[in-house]
Amino acid sequence: MKYSALALVRGALTRQANWPAVWRSPEPKRRYDAIVIGGGGHGLATAYYLAKNHGLTQVAVLERGWLGGGNTGRNTTIVRSNYLYPESARLYDFSLRLYEGLTRELNFNLMLSQRGLIDLAHSRHDLDSMARWVNAMHMNGVDAQLLTREEVAARAPLLDMSPEARFPIRGGFLQPRAGTARHDAVAWGYARAADALGVDIIQNCEVRGFSRGPSGRISGVETSRGPIASERIGIAVAGHSSVLAALAGFRLPVTSYALQAMVTEPVKPALDVVLLSPGTGAYVSQSDKGEMVLGAALDLFPSYAQRGSFALTQGILAATLAILPAFSRLKLLRQWAGIVDVVHDSSPIIGATPVPGLYINCGWGTGGFKGIPVGGWTLAHVMANGRSHELAEPFQLERFLTGRLIDEAAAAGIAH
Amino acid sequence: MMQLECPWCGVRDESEFACAGTTHIVRPPLTASDREWGEYLFFRDNPKGLHRERWRHVFGCGQWFNVARDTVTHEVRAVYALSAPPPGL
Repeated sequence: MKYSALALVRGALTRQANWPAVWRSPEPKRRYDAIVIGGGGHGLATAYYLAKNHGLTQVAVLERGWLGGGNTGRNTTIVRSNYLYPESARLYDFSLRLYEGLTRELNFNLMLSQRGLIDLAHSRHDLDSMARWVNAMHMNGVDAQLLTREEVAARAPLLDMSPEARFPIRGGFLQPRAGTARHDAVAWGYARAADALGVDIIQNCEVRGFSRGPSGRISGVETSRGPIASERIGIAVAGHSSVLAALAGFRLPVTSYALQAMVTEPVKPALDVVLLSPGTGAYVSQSDKGEMVLGAALDLFPSYAQRGSFALTQGILAATLAILPAFSRLKLLRQWAGIVDVVHDSSPIIGATPVPGLYINCGWGTGGFKGIPVGGWTLAHVMANGRSHELAEPFQLERFLTGRLIDEAAAAGIAH
Repeated sequence: MMQLECPWCGVRDESEFACAGTTHIVRPPLTASDREWGEYLFFRDNPKGLHRERWRHVFGCGQWFNVARDTVTHEVRAVYALSAPPPGL
């Protein structure tokens, strides 16, 4: 059924009793043309684009837990494309452009809010490096503008601009097209659209092993719900990428860390722009519900625990209050962590693995949410065609052996 | 907060320490191929479960040591000297 204003009226008149299920919960078939492991944003987007762009409809998404329950439901919902290098700018801006059309395409309100993101400069050196950053973005055709101290103050009046400020704000830069999107809706929208194209979304189905044919090509997966055959399999499991890779017999240049975030109680609109202060580690936006969403930093030791340490909670809160002292009266509502797949150059890996027929989309680290559309688009492309999409060519696993890294660690703006 | 037992200073809060990742990695010889060198620099087991890693008591005595820790529960299974062989666990 197509969602529309008319459908809402019809729902109101029928006591909301006739809404159909948004997607089916089918039993797994014994064979598929393609299997995607991981029912988060990247996996669901991959399945959707396999069906829509490549006409593959015998596709299954296998999810160990529930749909969108991993990092897709644990991020701070920021979308942006303020990267430094041309390869990254192309990739992330393609993603942002897909986001811009996605609500209409999926017929599901992603609540994309391009409210802009301001990176704060706290020193003369910050101003210099931001000027370079903005120039690089302009060269790559991405929107960006430098802001003076007064312009920053006008956009975010709650910032501490007083002379006694512990971290004085000297200026900053804005990406106007950056903003937020409703994270759950991204998973649900892709799931609903993929399901409508015939994709089987199978939750509570854990992959426990891989099988390979006589030629060495992948031939299927062993799951908690029995074996399922396919000669084209894609992995999109973020922090658990190394676990799946080990099952398939290879290693990745990935370390898993807990990335922490939290929200305050909801309050009236007080902040209509996303603020990022690389110097202090504060990363703040206000959700449409009114909560202040605070992120996000890593506990810098390997972890598969979706908790995050108290030491870091304290650090994030201290950083936030240092630039936004008025928030000190807000109560903290929830705190959580997601397990992210960090690689040394802070750029994703999208493409072939050492196992023929097995492909992977990982390495997004702390920034996977914004990459969901392009991650799905390019993983679907390589799964369907056996060769990489041109946007994903620089982002191959091989780069860690050739040394051609795309080092975005600095440009991503937060410590990785 | 997670606590670690520094072999010199005793049990302290995690915030006094810094983790430097997987320990017991052996540097390949200078004759290593690009592939071996890339594997050495970047590729890791990244296990879900027991992980042997090196830590430094940065805001304390400054000494290095090895820790065998569970990456799911964060339980510390063993603390041992940097040059000691891994304990059987």
